[in-house]
Amino acid sequence: MFLGYNSYMTQITRDDVLHLAQLSSLQLNDVEIDGLQTDISNILGYVEQLGKLNTDGVEPTYQVTGLESVWRDDKVINYGVSREDLLARAPESFDNQIKVPKVL
Amino acid sequence: MTTISDIKDQIKNSSARAVVENSIKLVKDKSEYNAILNLTEERALIRADKVDAGLIGGKLAGVPFVVKDNFLAFGAPTTAASKMLESFDAPLQATAVEKLEAEGAICIGKANLDAFAHGGSTENSAFGPTKNAIDQTRVAGGSSGGSAVVTALDIVPFALGTDTGGSIRQPASFNGVVGVKPTYGTVSRYGVVAMASSTDTIGVLTTNTADAELVMDIMSGKDERDMTTLPDFFEIQPNPKANQKIGLIKDFMADGVDPEVRASINEYADKLRADGHTVEEVNLPMIEYALAIYYIIVPAEISSNLARYDGIRYGYRAGNVKTLAELYGQTRDQGFVTENKRRIMIGSYVLSSGFFDAYYLQAQKARTLLINEFNELFKTYDALIGPVAPTTAFKLGENTTDPIKMYLNDIMTVPASLVGLPAISVPAGFSKSGMPIGVQIIGPKRSDASLLALARSKELK
Repeated sequence: MFLGYNSYMTQITRDDVLHLAQLSSLQLNDVEIDGLQTDISNILGYVEQLGKLNTDGVEPTYQVTGLESVWRDDKVINYGVSREDLLARAPESFDNQIKVPKVL
Repeated sequence: MTTISDIKDQIKNSSARAVVENSIKLVKDKSEYNAILNLTEERALIRADKVDAGLIGGKLAGVPFVVKDNFLAFGAPTTAASKMLESFDAPLQATAVEKLEAEGAICIGKANLDAFAHGGSTENSAFGPTKNAIDQTRVAGGSSGGSAVVTALDIVPFALGTDTGGSIRQPASFNGVVGVKPTYGTVSRYGVVAMASSTDTIGVLTTNTADAELVMDIMSGKDERDMTTLPDFFEIQPNPKANQKIGLIKDFMADGVDPEVRASINEYADKLRADGHTVEEVNLPMIEYALAIYYIIVPAEISSNLARYDGIRYGYRAGNVKTLAELYGQTRDQGFVTENKRRIMIGSYVLSSGFFDAYYLQAQKARTLLINEFNELFKTYDALIGPVAPTTAFKLGENTTDPIKMYLNDIMTVPASLVGLPAISVPAGFSKSGMPIGVQIIGPKRSDASLLALARSKELK
């Protein structure tokens, strides 16, 4: 099945989609929810083929550099970017602080 | 096609300003391709005048180039082809851009891509798709589609791209140019919009291999601002090693792969044999799982990396919201394209407690098995060859309704990404309808320069 795929093994419900959206800080619009429900079900159906692979005793790989414990000197590096440069990019700021709507 | 040395001759015979103006004019004349999102015209011309005045020099003095619009660069917004960053003005430049500027190169514009580099056709751009350089009814490939097209159209002699799962190699193949995805860690990613940090790499698209070698030589090396960078190992080789042992990846030559693509790869193998190299078929059984591994690990990393787009510190912020939670949710809904959301949500799913072991952990273990298979082959073989993609450039809109059909196009490029190996795409031939076909050459880590030397010895004229 190199270039084909079986899917629809995993059924994701509309509630699952809304839960995933919430976990992802996405307030989806209604038109997108149905499409995402189908797509996510199909994609999970495709990747589930990994379940048939025996990985007993295999160590996971999280990075491929071969580098380990890369240290730098404990000193502040000047990246050439000032506080003003960064604050200027915030959508709203006031008195050297970034302004946001109330949390509660 | 125009080479860097042709451009240097033009500069000598006219001026850097004339050459840069010509590139900018070509972008405007060929705007129907939608390859460039924004020009950095004003800054480019100032730099060109400085080159002409002898104030800026270097190996690439006055040579125009383009960067994919996920590189932070001065002179135009860095949009990542998204509404989220549509008017984001970079406060700093990517290390790769700085290194090229230090050699006198002149960035003239920012190339189109799939939004946040999520895609393989540049159709996921929030600003419309880029059209293929050879056939405007076909896709540019992606996600570095704009970079491939401006190179293929001779607008600039080279363009920078990023490759997380094939995003340089596949558009290079679709437009008939050279594309280099280096060993993971070769080029600093500082100042480049992050996608999947364990496979993100920076490379170049050029009209010929010698130019790719020159640009990679300039960009490579350790950068304290990207802790994954390796000490500079890239050294241009005058000639390829003689009598190499090369594996032809049999799994990539299956029936489902376009017969014209297979024919070009077989022809390329014969050319290598004619030069005294040995080419024999090899198997990589784990390749069957590579795409599934990729579409678990990469969305997981995307969901984490794209959490930073919250509408608070920079970029787009949704209006008419009352609470902070609403601000996050609305900003992200309006600022991302559907493919971004799909990947973020898949990532949230595979990292959720209860699913983590079955998906994410299993994928990282399977990744180890894939790595082991490549390592085993590289005990015997100097390099591996195969196609870059199962087909030539497909029609615009052909795969947009089915994400998995789109993902399957990455099936031959994701293995090298997951393992961190260098892989290049070089022109190998054309289909009967005139569409370019690239051959992919994959080598062990840090063999980048020897892969390019081999490709240079067999360059399609």
